[in-house]
Amino acid sequence: MSIALTDVTRHFGVLAAVDGLTALVETGQFFTVLGPSGCGKSTLLRLIAGLEPLDAGRIALNGRPVAGPGLDLPPEARGLGVVFQSYALWPHLDVLGNVAFPIEAAGRRRQAARAEAEAHLASVALQGLGTRRPADLSGGQRQRVALARCLAGRARVVLMDEPLANLDPHLRAAMEEELAAFHRTSGATTLYITHDQREAMALGDRIAVMNQGRFEQIGTPEDIHDRPATAFVGRFVGRGAVLPVDVLAIAGGRARLGLAGAEIEAAAPPGLSPGPANLLLRPKDVAPDPDGLPTVARGSTYRGGEWEIRLALAGMPEADPLVLLQTGRPPAGPPPNLRVLGGWVIPGRAPAESDPP
Amino acid sequence: MTLVNGAVRAERSGPRALFGDPLLLALLVTAGLVLFVLPLGAVLRLALSEPGGGIGAVAAALESRSVRRALWHSLEASALSAVIATATGGALGLLIGLADLRGRVALSFVILLPMMIPAHVVAIAWMQTLGPASVMTALLGLPATPGATHPLYSREGVIALLALQQMPLVFLTVRAGLRSLPRDLAEAARVAGAGPGRLLWRVVLPLMRPALVAGFALAFVSALGNFGIPALLGVPGRYVTLPVLMWQRLASSGPSVLTDLAVLALLIGAVAAVALPVQMALQRRLSVALIGAAQRPLGLPLGRARPWVEAVLWLALAALVLVPLLSMVVTALLPTWGVALTFDTATLRQFDEVLFRQDVTTRALANSTVLAIVAGAVVALMALGLVPFLRRGGSGGRAARTVALLAELSYALPGLVISVAFIIVFLRPLPLVGVSIYGTHLIILGAYLSAFLAIALKPVSVARDALDPALGDAAQVAGAGFWRRLLRIEAPLLAPAAASGAVLVTLVAFSEVTLSSILWTRGTETLGTVIFNYEDGGYTGLAAAMSVIAVLTTLALMLALDRIGRRLPPGIVPWRS
Repeated sequence: MSIALTDVTRHFGVLAAVDGLTALVETGQFFTVLGPSGCGKSTLLRLIAGLEPLDAGRIALNGRPVAGPGLDLPPEARGLGVVFQSYALWPHLDVLGNVAFPIEAAGRRRQAARAEAEAHLASVALQGLGTRRPADLSGGQRQRVALARCLAGRARVVLMDEPLANLDPHLRAAMEEELAAFHRTSGATTLYITHDQREAMALGDRIAVMNQGRFEQIGTPEDIHDRPATAFVGRFVGRGAVLPVDVLAIAGGRARLGLAGAEIEAAAPPGLSPGPANLLLRPKDVAPDPDGLPTVARGSTYRGGEWEIRLALAGMPEADPLVLLQTGRPPAGPPPNLRVLGGWVIPGRAPAESDPP
Repeated sequence: MTLVNGAVRAERSGPRALFGDPLLLALLVTAGLVLFVLPLGAVLRLALSEPGGGIGAVAAALESRSVRRALWHSLEASALSAVIATATGGALGLLIGLADLRGRVALSFVILLPMMIPAHVVAIAWMQTLGPASVMTALLGLPATPGATHPLYSREGVIALLALQQMPLVFLTVRAGLRSLPRDLAEAARVAGAGPGRLLWRVVLPLMRPALVAGFALAFVSALGNFGIPALLGVPGRYVTLPVLMWQRLASSGPSVLTDLAVLALLIGAVAAVALPVQMALQRRLSVALIGAAQRPLGLPLGRARPWVEAVLWLALAALVLVPLLSMVVTALLPTWGVALTFDTATLRQFDEVLFRQDVTTRALANSTVLAIVAGAVVALMALGLVPFLRRGGSGGRAARTVALLAELSYALPGLVISVAFIIVFLRPLPLVGVSIYGTHLIILGAYLSAFLAIALKPVSVARDALDPALGDAAQVAGAGFWRRLLRIEAPLLAPAAASGAVLVTLVAFSEVTLSSILWTRGTETLGTVIFNYEDGGYTGLAAAMSVIAVLTTLALMLALDRIGRRLPPGIVPWRS
């Protein structure tokens, strides 16, 4: 079952929380929506679930329109599952009652629903815990109950709203595995909302990076990390610096660039044209070199196992500092010069925007 | 955008969906019309329409010496008692809310007693404590002076007892305010070097100003509508307030009596209307602040002063609350007034009389029990139905919020305004059936529902606000329609709060006198009216025995509420926070 979003828009007052989104999540995909808090990703989930009305646009689930002009199916008629951030397990029902509820809502008798729910409980390895109250479960067990509840509703589309956010950090990796396994075995089309890029990378077949109500880029995790389409994506995902450059010439997927008075070469997306652009430099793209570009020290931080050294290019004090990783404590004294080994050109920069002086 | 939204609603209200939330909402709005809009509208219409009413009638009423005096007495007594109540209740609230006293729940419980026990019973208890030839004077060895005027039959007596009764209201608003006061604000002040005194003056009191003002307004409005105290103390003391004047006017029935009452109700309603918006706006602000998790009490250490503070508090509460109740018990155990209580003279005759012999009292007990329980149950169910709509958008949410606002208004208006309103609307036969409900239990029940719905709304909406909204969303995406969500998810989750609302309403309705004082007829006497009439008629022993029963029932219900409250978030059961 697929999720098709066309021009999906939702305003809160003058603020467009979701601003003309168009995207297609294909059947069986694990699609993560990654964005900073307040970017509209939770609103998007609520729009798809029907918990929030659309202002404009259309939503279709597996080809069936569920929301659009003159149409707004209530959530109970959309047949999807949601794993809430708090898991939203009903505290007055026991575990089995929680899992059986969607079956009951589909019209089965309470006892029959409970019997059927046992199988779903077993599929998340919680058999025997059916009479516990949600309050007596661990965080991981609660997540499994929430997943079993989605299974019980026979949901072919599952929406997950930062389900790992409330767990202890050491539990997160294990629960990530479980979510991935759940997706493999259930085959449900999954839309997963998160602000944590590590989670998004680890889980998603495809990632959409969301900012101010729009998708900045949709692609595989490698696309997003190595070949960002916008400066926002370049800065938000992974470590690195996005610097203003001038594209001088392009040949065979490589571009010659002017950066801080020097000429360098970096990988470029197809269709790039000469003129102002941005350059993404990850830590792997720079190395100390006495003949490199002069820098100004901006501080250093020990990140456990390696030092992160931040260096601004001389003459570009306003631009992002470059990040250099090394194992030893940085020596006192003047900062090292840097040589650019590679990089990725991000097209589309307004010429006036913080050009190097 | 509006077009889209219009279409949304059309799509969601298929024929089946009509039996979902629209049906319940329609029922609730109808109830709102019958309980609030019709009665209050009728008072306005009757008071302001010619002939008989209108501006001329209001002006004429204000010309009348007795009305002007009563109006002045009402204003004076309410304002002065509210000032005293704010000072004492505020101080108690701050002390118990901030300091590391032991037994805070027990202290709060006793402080709230004067509010839980009906006003006329408090008045009776005090009359028997301080009167000439009373139990206390006998205990203190003072000479009995049967002819002397009772010291409480005076302006000062009325004001003092009103203050005692309103004090818990201010105590509660201050406690609620303190609960929503972020702990770290006070902690930051202490870390910045403020001692307890500076903390109180520079941080806590300024932040508590809205709570104190709201408490004052609440106390003022509540004192304005009080009937039991001025009726029992003010009438012999020649200190008649507006509610008492209304009650006296009803007794002297004439052809224009309803219009007269409507004009007086309008007058007292107008005075209340000045204080109401202040109180409601501030209370809303406070309750908005309360949505966050309730804060643990600060527990400022009192150090070596603690046992002394505790001793003084308990002694004062004993003198103000427990001694009057005890002397009432003593009076109830005496064969006749003026006899000293010993093991030989003590008798349960008065109890035997009111419980088993007198038709009127047994009937009143049965009436009040049934009315109070039914009112509690109905009001709790209405709250369960109404609260899920309160935070919704659109016209449904607006309608629900309007009903809730009217309920608050009806609760805050003087009880006699409500009962006059119900007489005006329901004296005539109902359309279609052709029977009047005046003189039946139904009219009293209706007035209870109108006046007390707000009492049950509050705990249920506090509990609902404390719930994770995702719980309802999860039920919806799980495929549950409106009724299944309401019955299987919302209602069970809110049931404890609704139960505590029901018990609170039952408690208030069981022994109230203000509403039933002019709605009762032969056969529909309530406990409150019988106590009042016995005391008024000089049957002190019987009145005391009935009062003891009322107080014991109140205590039993409060203890039941306390048990429910242990499973609830703090702030729902008044003394548990």
